[in-house]
Amino acid sequence: MYVIQFLSLWLIPMVIACILLHGTYKRVPTYEAFVEGGKEGIQIAFSLIPYLVGMLVAVSVFRASGALDFFISYIKPLIIPFGLPPEVVPLAIIRPISGTASLGMVTDLIATYGPDSFIGRLASTIQGSTETTLYVLTVYFGAVGIRKMGDALKVGLLADLVSFIVSFIIVLWMFGK
Amino acid sequence: MVNLIWVALLLIGLMFAGINGTIKDVNEAMFQGAKEAVTISIGLISVLVFWLGLMKIAERSGLLSFFAHLFRPIAKKIFPEVPSDHPALGYILSNMIANMFGLGNAATPLGIKAMEQLKQLNGQKDEPSRSMITFVALNTASITLIPATVISIRMTYHSASPGEIIGTTFVASLIATISAIMIDRAFYIRRRKKGGM
Repeated sequence: MYVIQFLSLWLIPMVIACILLHGTYKRVPTYEAFVEGGKEGIQIAFSLIPYLVGMLVAVSVFRASGALDFFISYIKPLIIPFGLPPEVVPLAIIRPISGTASLGMVTDLIATYGPDSFIGRLASTIQGSTETTLYVLTVYFGAVGIRKMGDALKVGLLADLVSFIVSFIIVLWMFGK
Repeated sequence: MVNLIWVALLLIGLMFAGINGTIKDVNEAMFQGAKEAVTISIGLISVLVFWLGLMKIAERSGLLSFFAHLFRPIAKKIFPEVPSDHPALGYILSNMIANMFGLGNAATPLGIKAMEQLKQLNGQKDEPSRSMITFVALNTASITLIPATVISIRMTYHSASPGEIIGTTFVASLIATISAIMIDRAFYIRRRKKGGM
């Protein structure tokens, strides 16, 4: 645990030091290269805005209208027979769609059931073990101006499903109910 | 596909707003969502500028191609279409490493750089290449060593052991990543059989 904490604290500074030392050693004009690369960063951030606005507005509308809750109430009975706590179902559905929304749900579940309960641990694992698929797709394809996603969405969502099922099994196996 | 999902999310949302009488919330949510999106994008500028600046140095000095070289055997298997000394591999690998340590902010600009390189490899086409789909799929699963945000929430709510979910998270994300690679491969084979891409 201490090793991991130490690593996570020192990883970025060490990477920075490595890059700068290696660049200087190879006689790269470091500051000029930095500025040049940085300019690209501004462009990318601005070109992202329309993609994110479009997607976040759609998700917010879907959630605020109550449509999300409606679909969840239909999926719930399908999952209960497997021993899955229905409380985490909304989280599993929202996780690939919105990172901030799912983080809100995890916080809510942990606050309600306690961080060391089965639901608390499961929610933590689900949240930590996958990325927000829709966000990743929007940002990465959006940044390079690709409008078709090909099979990427299907692959991403299927992987999320696997991750969700595995999280359930692993938490059950490691901590019990 | 994304066009359909986007329209469906909005229209179904508007329909439910009519049924549930939540139109007031929906109006508010629309502008809230737009605002949030701009805030996220603007917030990204600082990190993007800093990391892309640093990565430019790493690219010029040859550090990135060195990384690509090191992990060549694995990356070659996952991305058979990318030439083994291409800078795209370096960006892909640094993106993966940043993701592992829960450095989402650092990972995003690296991933975007990787996508730009992959697009160049694909002749600047508007359609995603096979490697792009694989890369994005890997990122949606993303192996996680340190789920920093989750741990901090658990600490806030006085968990007896906030870090105890590191193990379960790592295993779940590892299996998800392996599955993502296999699912991606399966879809690729299906596409080829259909005679597409």
